[in-house]
Amino acid sequence: MSFDESHGSPKRPSMRTPLGRVRNLGAAHSGTTDFWRQRITGVAMTLLMIPALVIIMMLLGRNQVYAAQTLSSIPVAVILLLFIFASAWHMKIGMQVVIEDYVHNEKLKLTAIMLNNFFSVAVALASTYAILKLSSGV
Amino acid sequence: MVEFALPKNSKITGGKTWPKPAGATELREFKVYRWNPDDGKNPSVDTYYVDTNDCGPMVLDGLIWIKNHIDPSLTFRRSCREGVCGSCAMNIDGQNTLACTKSMHDVKDGAVKINPLPHQPVVKDLVPDLTNFYAQYASVEPWLKTTSPTPQKEWRQSHEDREKLDGLYECILCACCSTSCPSYWWNSDRYLGPAALLQANRWVSDSRDEATGERLDNLEDPFRLYRCHTIMNCAKACPKGLNPAEAIAELKLKLVERQI
Repeated sequence: MSFDESHGSPKRPSMRTPLGRVRNLGAAHSGTTDFWRQRITGVAMTLLMIPALVIIMMLLGRNQVYAAQTLSSIPVAVILLLFIFASAWHMKIGMQVVIEDYVHNEKLKLTAIMLNNFFSVAVALASTYAILKLSSGV
Repeated sequence: MVEFALPKNSKITGGKTWPKPAGATELREFKVYRWNPDDGKNPSVDTYYVDTNDCGPMVLDGLIWIKNHIDPSLTFRRSCREGVCGSCAMNIDGQNTLACTKSMHDVKDGAVKINPLPHQPVVKDLVPDLTNFYAQYASVEPWLKTTSPTPQKEWRQSHEDREKLDGLYECILCACCSTSCPSYWWNSDRYLGPAALLQANRWVSDSRDEATGERLDNLEDPFRLYRCHTIMNCAKACPKGLNPAEAIAELKLKLVERQI
């Protein structure tokens, strides 16, 4: 007999063995890639943070012409694009971990993970579009 | 969503204060969690006064004294009384530890507050239901797995390889680490927890074992292994001074190693 989260009272008795419940659907054989990518993007963000902040500080209070001129430099545009990719990817993985930790309703969890993916891709694409538009002077 | 508050029937209400023992010269206050599955009441915290001149120095000595002299219905697990069996694991003064190796004099301020291990179903008083915990341990198949013909004598191991098991084999499965881990609180149905993962690493690290890859396959899962967020409560709680978080990090490293 199993016990639910409340004290003692066997509200949801299960006839499955404890080992059967622990093994459940088996291992997903995944997770390492996300774990490794989270480290890669974390290190990348650490390295890119200072140059990205310097560029953003340079643009503060300046007009669009100055911004377009600054971003027309290939290294500047590449640094910002890399920073966006690394941050969006890191955000997507990190947020998914938080959702998996705290959202236990399966439907809600799948929906939240889906929205998280959409949001991260949208943020990355919108930022990329803005950087490319400015750097190409269009 | 995860439950951040206790269920209604788990909320602590009131508690009995037992009379001070007559003739005692030095008293120590104990506040002990009580819950009886048979009376239909919510849990409570009872207050006892222990005559420290009449019992040993450890918290377990105090509990045994209470059971012998004041309240025989007080229920807790104990066996070896020397930190080897892991039976008397409980939450003392906010920290999961063994009652037999925790001195009541180390609890500095006020009463000695004792609760069962956190976030586990309670069987009675200080006795948690560890069925799931033990099943998780069984799921890592904690025995030597080989396919080579069994040697006539023992499976041989170098001194260097044997040393790799130090810090792993000493685990007594008291559950102090797993039940101190927030990730385990929220996802104990799918996350194996620090204790089972430390044990898994003990067998993955064993040079005599021939099922290392199979063991890693069994662990590679976003929930079974990767719910560990290196919170480190496990290392802080372990009464044997082990570091389950480091063992889990070693498992993750091995999984990255075989992929890259």
